[in-house]
Amino acid sequence: MTVPHAHNAPRAGGAHNAKVMNRFELTKRLAGKLTREEAVIGGIGNTNFDLWSAGQRPQNFYMLGSMGLAIPIALGVAIAQPHRHVVALEGDGSLLMQLGCLATVAMRAPKNLTIVVWDNGIYQITGSQPTASASTADLVAIARGSGLAKSAWAADEEDFDRLFAAALAEGGPSLIAARIDDKPGVGATDRDPVQIRARFMQGLGVKRG
Amino acid sequence: MNTNDTQTQPAAWHEIVQATLKANDVKLVVYVPDRVFTPLIKSLHADDWFTTFACTREEEALGIVSGAWMGGMRGAVLMQTSGFATIPNALASLVVPSQIPALIFVSERGTLGEFNLGQAMVCKTMRPVLDSLAVENITITRHDELEFIVDRSIKQAVATQAPVTFILSPLLTGGKVFSA
Repeated sequence: MTVPHAHNAPRAGGAHNAKVMNRFELTKRLAGKLTREEAVIGGIGNTNFDLWSAGQRPQNFYMLGSMGLAIPIALGVAIAQPHRHVVALEGDGSLLMQLGCLATVAMRAPKNLTIVVWDNGIYQITGSQPTASASTADLVAIARGSGLAKSAWAADEEDFDRLFAAALAEGGPSLIAARIDDKPGVGATDRDPVQIRARFMQGLGVKRG
Repeated sequence: MNTNDTQTQPAAWHEIVQATLKANDVKLVVYVPDRVFTPLIKSLHADDWFTTFACTREEEALGIVSGAWMGGMRGAVLMQTSGFATIPNALASLVVPSQIPALIFVSERGTLGEFNLGQAMVCKTMRPVLDSLAVENITITRHDELEFIVDRSIKQAVATQAPVTFILSPLLTGGKVFSA
C-alpha cells in the first residue's frame, strides 16, 4: 500500500461505496444543525481543529490530549445531562485505540448520544501512516458488533445530513461514519485546557461566570 | 472481653466508602473489576441512588468521570493496581491540565503478600507517578481513619479542582490472599 493514498484505497465492508468527503465541510454542516445547545466533544488533533474553526460555541469541548477519550468524555456528559444531546467527534485512529468504549456506550444505551467518526484511513497528524480502517477494518461493522445497532456509513454529504438529523431527532445511541480526504485541519485550537474546560462548563450551565 | 451482645458490628470498609461517596454527592462510580473491591461494587449496584457500571479500560473510566464532572455530576473510578499503570496519559493530558477532580480508588496489590510479580512491579511505580504529577495520593491502612480521609479529600478535590487517589491497603481491605 502506498501511504499517501491510504485515504483513497479500496475499503473493507460498507465503507467501500461511501464517497470520500472533507472533514471541515462536514463539521460545518454538522454545526449548522445544532439548534438546542447540544454538547460537542472534539477528539484529538484535526478533529477538534476543524470543530474550533467551524465556529466556537460554549458547548464545545476541544480535547487536546488523551487520544481515544472523546467518546468516553461524551458518554460522561450524556449521563450527567440526560436532557441535552451530546455529540462525540472522533477520528479513525483514535477510535481504534479505544474500541472498548463502543461496547460500553451500547451497554449504557444513552438516548442522547451521537458518535461521528471521521475516517481518512491515516494517522494524519503524525505523517499519514495507514490505519487498519484503510484496508481491513470496517468501523461501522465494529460498532454494530459492539451493540450499536444504529450505525451507518454516510454515502455522501446529503446522506450525512440526513443521518445526523435523524440521530438528533430519534434518539440514540447512534454512530455515523464518514470517509474523508487527507486535507489537514483548518486552523488550530487555542491550547488552554483550563479555559476550554471552564467555558464548556459555563456552556453546559454547570459553572457560573 | 466484650459482653455486650447487642452491640452492632462496626461498618465494613466498603460500607464506609459507599456512605462517604453518598454524603459527598458522588453519584457516578465507574470501575474495571477487582476482587478486593467486589463487596463495594456489589453494594453500589444494589443502591439505585448510584449510577455504577463497568467499563473496558481504566483510562476510559477517567474519560467518563471527566465528562460527567463537566456536566455537573461528581464521579469516582475504581481499579486495581495493575490498572493504574494504564492511566498516566489520561492523568497527564486530560485530568491534571484540565483541573478535573476525579476521585480515584485503587485496590492496592503488589505488597503485603503479593503472589503476582507483575502486580508487585506496578505497585512500585504507582506512587512515584502520582508524586511526579503532583496528584494527591493517600494510602489508607486504618479503618478508623477511612471516613475522615475520604470525606475530607473529596471535599478538597472539589474545592481545589484537583484529582485525588485513594490507595486502599491490604491492611484495610484484607487484600487478595494467595492460597498456596
